[in-house]
Amino acid sequence: MTSDISYKVIVGLEIHVQLCTQTKMFCGCALQFGAQPNSRVCPVCLGMPGVLPVMNKHAYEYSVLVGLALNCKVAGFTKWDRKSYYYPDLPKNYQISQYDLPLSENGFIEIPLESGETKRIRITRAHLEEDAGKNLHTAGNFSQVDLNRTGTPLLEIVTEPDMSSGAEVKALAVELQRMVRYLGVSEADMQKGHMRFEPNINLVITKGGKEHKTAIVEVKNLNSFRALERSVDYEVQRQLDEFIDSGKVMEMGNKSTRGWDDDKQMTVLQRVKEEAHDYRYFPDPDLLPVELDDAWLEQIKSQLCELPIKKQIRYVSEYKLSDYDAGVLTADRSTAEFFEEAVKAGGDPKRVCNLITQVGLKLANEAGCGIAELSLTAENMSELAKMIDDGQVSASAGNTILEQMTKTDKAAQVIAEELNLIQKSDAGELEGIVEKVLAENPKAVEDVKSGGKKSKKAQGFLLGQVIQKTKGQANPKVVSEILSKKLS
Amino acid sequence: MPNDLLNMDCKQLREQIAAGKVKSVEATQAVFKSIEKNDSKIGAYISTFKEQALAKAKEIDDKIAAGESVGFLAGVPVAVKDNMCTTFGATTCASKILENFHAPYNATVVEKLLAADAVIIGKTNMDEFAMGSSTENSGLKKTVNPWDASRVPGGSSGGSTAAVAGRLCFAALGSDTGGSIRQPASFCGVVGLKPTYGRVSRYGLVAFGSSLDQIGPVTHTVTDAALMMNVIAGHDVADSTSVDEQNAPVCDYLENIDKPIEKLKIAVVPEFNAGADEPVQKALSDAIEVYKKLGAEIVEVHMPHWDYAIAAYYMIATAEASSNLARYDGVHYGHRTDNPGDYVEVYTKSRAEGFGKEVKRRIMLGTYALSSGYYDAYYLKSLKVRNLIRGDFTSAFEKCDCVITPVAPTTAFKAGEKTDDPLKMYLSDIYTISANLAGIPGISVPCGFDENNLPIGLQILAPAFAEDKLLRIARMFEKQTDWHTNRATID
Amino acid sequence: MSEKIDQAQVKKVAMLSRLDLTDSEVAEFTTQLSAILEYVEKMNTLDTENVQPLAHCLPITNCFRDDVVKESLGTEKVLANAPQRDEEFFKVPKILDDNSGA
Repeated sequence: MTSDISYKVIVGLEIHVQLCTQTKMFCGCALQFGAQPNSRVCPVCLGMPGVLPVMNKHAYEYSVLVGLALNCKVAGFTKWDRKSYYYPDLPKNYQISQYDLPLSENGFIEIPLESGETKRIRITRAHLEEDAGKNLHTAGNFSQVDLNRTGTPLLEIVTEPDMSSGAEVKALAVELQRMVRYLGVSEADMQKGHMRFEPNINLVITKGGKEHKTAIVEVKNLNSFRALERSVDYEVQRQLDEFIDSGKVMEMGNKSTRGWDDDKQMTVLQRVKEEAHDYRYFPDPDLLPVELDDAWLEQIKSQLCELPIKKQIRYVSEYKLSDYDAGVLTADRSTAEFFEEAVKAGGDPKRVCNLITQVGLKLANEAGCGIAELSLTAENMSELAKMIDDGQVSASAGNTILEQMTKTDKAAQVIAEELNLIQKSDAGELEGIVEKVLAENPKAVEDVKSGGKKSKKAQGFLLGQVIQKTKGQANPKVVSEILSKKLS
Repeated sequence: MPNDLLNMDCKQLREQIAAGKVKSVEATQAVFKSIEKNDSKIGAYISTFKEQALAKAKEIDDKIAAGESVGFLAGVPVAVKDNMCTTFGATTCASKILENFHAPYNATVVEKLLAADAVIIGKTNMDEFAMGSSTENSGLKKTVNPWDASRVPGGSSGGSTAAVAGRLCFAALGSDTGGSIRQPASFCGVVGLKPTYGRVSRYGLVAFGSSLDQIGPVTHTVTDAALMMNVIAGHDVADSTSVDEQNAPVCDYLENIDKPIEKLKIAVVPEFNAGADEPVQKALSDAIEVYKKLGAEIVEVHMPHWDYAIAAYYMIATAEASSNLARYDGVHYGHRTDNPGDYVEVYTKSRAEGFGKEVKRRIMLGTYALSSGYYDAYYLKSLKVRNLIRGDFTSAFEKCDCVITPVAPTTAFKAGEKTDDPLKMYLSDIYTISANLAGIPGISVPCGFDENNLPIGLQILAPAFAEDKLLRIARMFEKQTDWHTNRATID
Repeated sequence: MSEKIDQAQVKKVAMLSRLDLTDSEVAEFTTQLSAILEYVEKMNTLDTENVQPLAHCLPITNCFRDDVVKESLGTEKVLANAPQRDEEFFKVPKILDDNSGA
């Protein structure tokens, strides 16, 4: 029955990103996660009678910056609108938002696919609004309202339905997180609810040569990448099953809202009142429109940086790094910048990359900071890379030196000398030791010379003996050369 | 003696106090004596602050005795409409829903009054949330017209105008969304000024129609209005819609107040004056004669879109109000219903219990105008009509310095006369509403009495931010007449 | 006589406005709002095809504030007017649906 069925997944995403300004969107209350309930509230964000909003300039500029990074057309003229709905976490019972003139529209974002390719997802719009507070339902047979979050600047980004799997949706979310962090406009900390997702999902099913569309489902308020990906995958299967079972398809405008039950790992239909959707948008008379002139736009543009996805691609092509390594290095801006500085100072990209990814990030993680915040300069890092590549120290000694470098202010060379990690590369000195080892191990010498199976193993044994005799300080490359010469 | 004191205007009183000839404490005591004697009849105040006022008066007297410099309103007892937030007393908007609301902050104008060393003696009654033209929509008390207790004081700032007319303070602040300062000023025989939208900070003024609301003074004289403007006008960083000094500098409104405007050109709108009662028309033509004698040229202008002003106004004002008043929901402050069934009932019942009928009616009207499917036909259309009305003024002001009209078609009407027909009540705002839609300033000055000895007001409208000129034009008239010296007698 | 607005619409608007109206209020408002809307219709005689809507009379734009922290009220003052509170929270009957819009 189902064998003649094929389907295409269509997903669009709405993302809310909290901006990391010092203060709220329309008042001077500090943004502080985890503060005492209702302690970061003033008459304005409490929606008291008589109060008026005043725009936060940073929030506006941050939003424009994201708009530019998303390749959007940034509007020269925007205004504010009120969106009306009643909910206890929204004290004015309207949200100040942007309706028909969002500050940016018609852009796109490139997302990395597992294949190593990238895919372009169109951005419908990105606009600025204020966040609501929080209703808590854990206290008993009543709900509690905390308004600390009320009025936090919130960027709403809406994509076109250009994604076709949970993995793609997740890739977009991750890419966006990396982007806003690069731009320094959001901490994008999922645990603090800085990013929240609402995917819109439906299927185009082809059965017996005929196309059927399933009804669009919006999954509300997802705040982890995992839940986002899984909810999309779950919906795809659920909608497919529902179609197969009942043949249910989209009718005019029948869109439903579902929530994600993380315990059961499934979406659950939500009860939403029909009339709740008449938001009665109209221009907010308390706020003036915003005009963004060229000079101001240029000033904001100057704060743009190379975006992570571009960096990642460039690292692969320019530095010949693996896509995986490039991804690790570009995960955050400070690591990428540290890497680039070290390379610029003369370090071999692959070597610097290994030092960062194999040791540096681990040390930073242990210290609870970024790699650039460790007491480690890019110049020192580059020097260390060169020492390894020149054979002055072994790769493993390099790791030890790097660890020491983060604990002291000393240069790599100094540490290497102090710890006696400089390799012996003087051929004359090493030749004497090699001869001694050869004399002491006639059996192995025999094995090497006889060729065959045992030859390689025996040569390795002899090399080990030399290294041991020098207490690990002999440069293996030089020793190998001498050995080969003597035994050939 | 206290009676003489109460007959002074602000400027005189301030001069006497600053010179040490009258103590602010004396003036304040005189006012409270007057309130204790007459306010049970007039009903101008929702709350008064005797102890606090006397303490402040004493403080000012001491400052003066010590030779310290004092503010523009040093020691002058003033009142504010109860829709301006104060950290002292409640801020009720004459609504049951805010009956026990205590604001944690002062409105900018209140801060400015205090900084000018004024003595704030109380907060005045009004139509609930400033919605009305008679103060009969107060949810808390009744205010009568000091000239005739069977009549309304006008509204919505009826408490403020009755307080000034009844000599229960020396000046007061009102707010004007569609005529709410000018019309009651006219009904009570006092001066009332609605400044240009953006001239006075709205921060702390409980919003009714945010794009129309403006705070202004209610005084005995035009000079006092200028004095009050010197205190309250100016940019406020807390109000994005208050205009900055660069775009429209505030001037000293007192400096040239007695200097007439030369080559004054006054416009009248003949087709509109016909709608007013005969005594009002008569007073208007007498006023025109006064200006003519002063050498003014009278020109006629036409306002082709004025006839649509009430329609546009009631859509815009109620739409904004429906949103502004959404916050009164019984969740964070204000009245909450007992035993709500669920959280939605906290909204629906608290609001049903807390709001009076006119407020509900306007919220309904405004919600409808903004709702899906009707927005374009009602709200958007109104904004376009609003632009046409502003255009009418722009062309008119190319031909004249100011436009004069009646303030209201009638003098103060009887209590209960219009309460059954909201539309009839709305239509009486015909002369005042356009100024709010166009954002321009307008003043009401006493210009006569009808056969029942009820005051009549003359409205003068000027271009945006031309308050200086407007006040001087009004002052020219006041100097030639003595209508403003008549005092209501309440017994 | 055809009314501009009927009782069903009035009830719907009352729900949108979160107003619990009595039957007699619904009837009264139906009549009164109809009369007002009838009056308002007079605007339709004006051709506004090429007229820009005027939401604001002010000739100004761009009123911003620097991103500088100002002191908040403090929890006690925030909750001072609360009809009901639970510890440091505003208290409301249990919210069972999700009508959040943000």
